[in-house]
Order: sequence, then structure tokens, then C-alpha cells
Amino acid sequence: MVNPEIQGKRYPRTPRYLVGREKVREFAKAVMAGHESLDLDYARSNGYSDLVVPPTFPVVIQEQSLQVVLADPEAKIDFSRVVHGDQRFVYERPIVAGDELTSELEVASVKSLGGNHMVTFETKIFDANDSLVCTAISTLVVRGE
Amino acid sequence: MPRFEELEVGQQVAASEYKFSRDSLVRYAGASGDFNTIHYRDDIAQAVGLPGVLAHGMLTMGVSVQPVVSWLGDAGKVLDYGVRFTKPVVVPPYGYALVKVSATVAQLDAENRKARLDLTTSFEENNVLGKAQVWVQL
Repeated sequence: MVNPEIQGKRYPRTPRYLVGREKVREFAKAVMAGHESLDLDYARSNGYSDLVVPPTFPVVIQEQSLQVVLADPEAKIDFSRVVHGDQRFVYERPIVAGDELTSELEVASVKSLGGNHMVTFETKIFDANDSLVCTAISTLVVRGE
Repeated sequence: MPRFEELEVGQQVAASEYKFSRDSLVRYAGASGDFNTIHYRDDIAQAVGLPGVLAHGMLTMGVSVQPVVSWLGDAGKVLDYGVRFTKPVVVPPYGYALVKVSATVAQLDAENRKARLDLTTSFEENNVLGKAQVWVQL
């Protein structure tokens, strides 16, 4: 189901992702956000250079790293049996449209529990200056047969 | 922007209701890039033993924090947000699943002017998120 040997494995950084203003709006509408995430003048009046992303937006960056793991033949993860267990985002600073982000994923742990596997990923997200902006921590449950 | 001094532990600061339809799931799949088929295909959801098509946990998580963001008036004041996915939101092919969210002050850090809000997100009277905690800067 999951190869326990991937614990501790670190995957290469994902290509730079430019946070686009309209992508922020698209994501904001999908999570039913209000004008705080849609209105550029409002964001500027709050002191930001551009739209601030909704708090869970870094999942888009995390997803890029996860795709690398799910496609890794060594990891042996069956995507169709994956259920999300938990998720957390720890921010160092707000992410705004115009940021260029990359992510680096490490497999923090692989555990077995009652026929299921639980894999925890820690994805560090960096800006163009190589400063950490957010850490996304995610546990996937891979359900047994 | 709410004032830190006016907050009290136990106080409810925001509440809202959201309708999750299949359209919501397709829209979220596109916006997030998560195209796991259990979120929009009945046949595949059934084949892997699920009760039906499920909302993305990340959609539920993303929506649940929105009442807090509106209350703050600024998504940039969210410092830390974590949840556990305890029960799925099953979204029917027609109509919608009604998801209810409320946010309550759980902890105050006067020195740093930070507050922890705990979210309750329910669907059909069940809590669908566990340990849903948001730290915000005021």
C-alpha cells in the first residue's frame, strides 16, 4: 500500500509557481470567500500590495509536491484509496498575488494502523528570496483492501 | 477589525451556513488541482466503498475558516490553521449538503495579541472536523 522506506525521503523542489491575481479569485470563489479575497482596492486599503490568498490556498503549492510523491514508483501510493486525515498551515507571513513560490516536501512519517497506512508530509513553501513563508503539514490515510 | 480587548474566552464571534453541491466540488477541483475522482464520480466512490461522492476535505476546511476571515476583514491575519477530517460530507447528485460553521474564542494571548478560535463545522448534525483551530493576529 505504502512503502514504509520512504519515511524521511525528501523530494526535489517544485518549479516556481507565480501566484496569479485571477487564480486567487478563482480559489476564493471555490471556498466561498467574501470580498476580502476578491477586492483589490480593499486589499490595498489593508496595506497589501495585492490580493491576499485565502488561508488554505497553499494547498495548491502543496499539491504540486504531492503529485511528485504520488507518481514516485518507490512510494507505491494508490491515489484512488487515499483519504485526507488532517491538514495544517503555519504561516510566516501572508501570501499575496505576485509571490513566486516553490515547495520542498519531506515524508515526515509512515505509520500502519488497523490495515490502513498513514503518511505525514511536511511541505515547506519558500518565496523568490528563499524565505520560508508557510509550512503545510498533511496526513493522508491510504485505506487497506 | 475586531478589538483584542473586547474578546472573551467562550464568546462566539462568527457563524455561517454553506451549500455544497456537485457544482461546488467541480469548481473546487478545478481551483485547487485536486482531481481525485471520489469527489465527482459516483461509480468510483461506490467502487472504493464510500457512502457516495464526498466533498474534498480541503473544501470543507477552506470554507470553514471563511466566517473568521470575514470577521477579521483580512485573510492575512490568520497565522496558523489546522483541522482533522473526522467525518465526510456526502454531496448528493441533486440538491446540496448544508454545512454549518461557527467560531468561538478558545484562548487569548494578550502579550502577543493573538487569539485561538475553535471552529465547529457540522453536516446533518455531525461534526465533520475535529480539532479545528485557527490562531489569528489582532
